[in-house]
Amino acid sequence: MMYSDKVMDHFANPRNVGVIADADGVGQVGNPVCGDMMTFYIKVQDGRLQDVKFQTFGCGAAIAVSSMVSEMAKGKTLDEAMAITNDLVADELGGLPKNKMHCSNLGADALHEAIKDYRNKQAGRAKPDAGPAEHHEGEGCACPYCDTALEEENKKVCRACQIEFEECPSCGGITKKGDATCIHCGRPLHAKS
Amino acid sequence: MKRTYLDHIAATPLRAEAFEAMRPFLTGSFGNPQSLHSAGQEALAAVDAAREEVAALIGASAGEIYFTASGSEANNFAIKGLATGQQARGRHIVVSAIEHNSVLNAVKALERSGFSSTLVPVDREGRVDPAEVAKALTKETVLVSVMTANSEVGTIEPVAEIAAVCRSRNVLFHTDAVAAAGNIPLDVKALGVDALSLAGDQFYGPKGSAALYVRKSVRILPLIDGGIQEGGRRGGTENVAGIAGLGKAAALARAEMAARTAALVPLRDRLLDELPRRIGHVIVTGPRANRLPHHASFCVEFVEGEGMLLFLDMKGIAASSGSACTSKALKASHVLLAMGLDHAAAQGSLVFSLIDGTSNGDIDTLFEAFPPIVERLRAMSPLYTQYLKERGS
Repeated sequence: MMYSDKVMDHFANPRNVGVIADADGVGQVGNPVCGDMMTFYIKVQDGRLQDVKFQTFGCGAAIAVSSMVSEMAKGKTLDEAMAITNDLVADELGGLPKNKMHCSNLGADALHEAIKDYRNKQAGRAKPDAGPAEHHEGEGCACPYCDTALEEENKKVCRACQIEFEECPSCGGITKKGDATCIHCGRPLHAKS
Repeated sequence: MKRTYLDHIAATPLRAEAFEAMRPFLTGSFGNPQSLHSAGQEALAAVDAAREEVAALIGASAGEIYFTASGSEANNFAIKGLATGQQARGRHIVVSAIEHNSVLNAVKALERSGFSSTLVPVDREGRVDPAEVAKALTKETVLVSVMTANSEVGTIEPVAEIAAVCRSRNVLFHTDAVAAAGNIPLDVKALGVDALSLAGDQFYGPKGSAALYVRKSVRILPLIDGGIQEGGRRGGTENVAGIAGLGKAAALARAEMAARTAALVPLRDRLLDELPRRIGHVIVTGPRANRLPHHASFCVEFVEGEGMLLFLDMKGIAASSGSACTSKALKASHVLLAMGLDHAAAQGSLVFSLIDGTSNGDIDTLFEAFPPIVERLRAMSPLYTQYLKERGS
C-alpha cells in the first residue's frame, strides 16, 4: 500500500468534514488543475480555534491531510495554529509518498488562509481576494517533457529540460512556448490572423 | 471478501493454457533458440510456432512479427525505428493527441534530435478525423501514428481510412493496437497499416511479452542493437517462455474472440446505460458505437478519481482512473483534456474494463457499492457545495 495506516484511517474516516455557515474565517487553496482544492472554515472564541471544518476535492492524501490539520488545529490559539507546518502534518500522518507531499502543503496553507481571513476581518480590512486563491490557476504542475514537478515560484520554465512554457488557451495545460499547437490537446495555441 | 476485477486495461489474468505453454521453458527446456543443439532447437521451435500464432491473429506473415518486451517497447521501436529509417526523405511525424505516452514521448525524444511533429486533435468522443490527418501531412512527413483503440475512453479509431490517407501520400502508418489486439478483429492487410504494436497482457497472455508487426520490405532501424535475433532488428536473447505464452494467448483470442465479445458487450452496455441513471452528474466518456467491447468509462463530477479507487478497493472492486492524483506526475489525463473535458471533470475519470468471466453479478456488486462512495466524496467536496449553492441561488 502506498499510504500508511494513519493516512488510510484519516481518508476513510475524515474528522471535521463540513461547512460552518457563520464561519469567522474561510480559507481556500488549490484548484482542480493540480488535483486538489481545500476549503477551511474556522470559528474563533477567546483567541482559540473553537471549531474547524473543511471540505476537500482531491486524492486520498489530500483528504487525510485536511482531516489531520483540522484535528491538530482545533482548540489551539491562532498563533499556535499558524505554527502548524506542512512537515508537522506529514509527520503526524506517518509520512506521505514523495509525489503526494504537495498535498500536505495545501492543508496547512488553507488553515492559515482562514486565520488570515479572520484577522483581516477583525482589523476591519476587506478580504484582499474574495475568490479562491489564484496560485497555479490554469497551469499544469509538472514539466510535460520530463515529468519533473515545476517549482511554485517559477512554473513557466523546466530547469531540467531548459524549456520555456506557456499556457494553452484551450485546455489550460502548460506547453512549449512558441509551438504552433498544444502538446496536450493538439489545438492551435495562437489564433491565426 | 469477494474480489471484483474490472481493470482489464491495466492487466488481464493469465490464461491457464498460456501458462502451460510457458511452463516447459521456465523449467526443463531452458535452451537458447540461437543454439544449434537440441535444447536450443526446442526453444526455437516454440518461438517459431508462437510467431505463426501472433501473425495469424492479425493476418500477417510470421516473418513480419518482431517480439518485444512490452507494448511500450513495440511503440518506441516503431516510432524511432521507422522515422529514423526514413529520415533521408524528411523529418516530420504526425500523431494524434490521445496516443499512449510511449508514442508521445518517443516522438518528443526524436524532436530533441531534429525531428518535428504535429498533433492531430480529436473530437468530443476521442475520434481522430482522417481529414485532419491529411491536413497535417507535409512534404517532410515520413510517419503517421494513430492508435487502433484508446484504453482510457474505449474509442476505436478509423484506422483503415487513416491508413488510406497515408498510403495515398506515400507516408508510413503505424498503429498502436495494444488496447485492441486480441479483443477486436484486426487484419493488417485489410487495414492497410505498415506497422502495428500489440501486447499479450491485454488478451490473457503474460506481461513482458509483446510484438511489433512491420510490413515486409518496410525499412525499420533497430531500437536494441545486438545480435541476429529477430532478423537483426531486435537484439537480445528471446524471452522464450513469454513468447510461447503470447502465442498461446493469440491462438485462444482468435478462437474465442466472437464469444468473448458476445458475452461482454451486454455487460458493457448495461454499465454505460445504468451508471449515469443511478448516479447524477456522471458523464460517459468515449463513444457508444465503435467502442472496445470490454470498456466502459466515465467522469464523475465534483469528485476525484483516486478517492473513488481507494474506496472501491475497500469493497474489493478494482478499477482505474486518469485523474492527476492517480498519476505519479500529477497531471490530468491528456486524453480527456484533448477531448475537451475540463480539468475538474477529468479529475473524476473512472474506467471499468471487463474481463473474461465478468458477470451481471459483478455489475450488481458495483452498482451497490459505488453510489454511496460517490455520495460520501461529494459530501466533502467544495466543488459540489459550490455547485449546490449556485444551483440554489
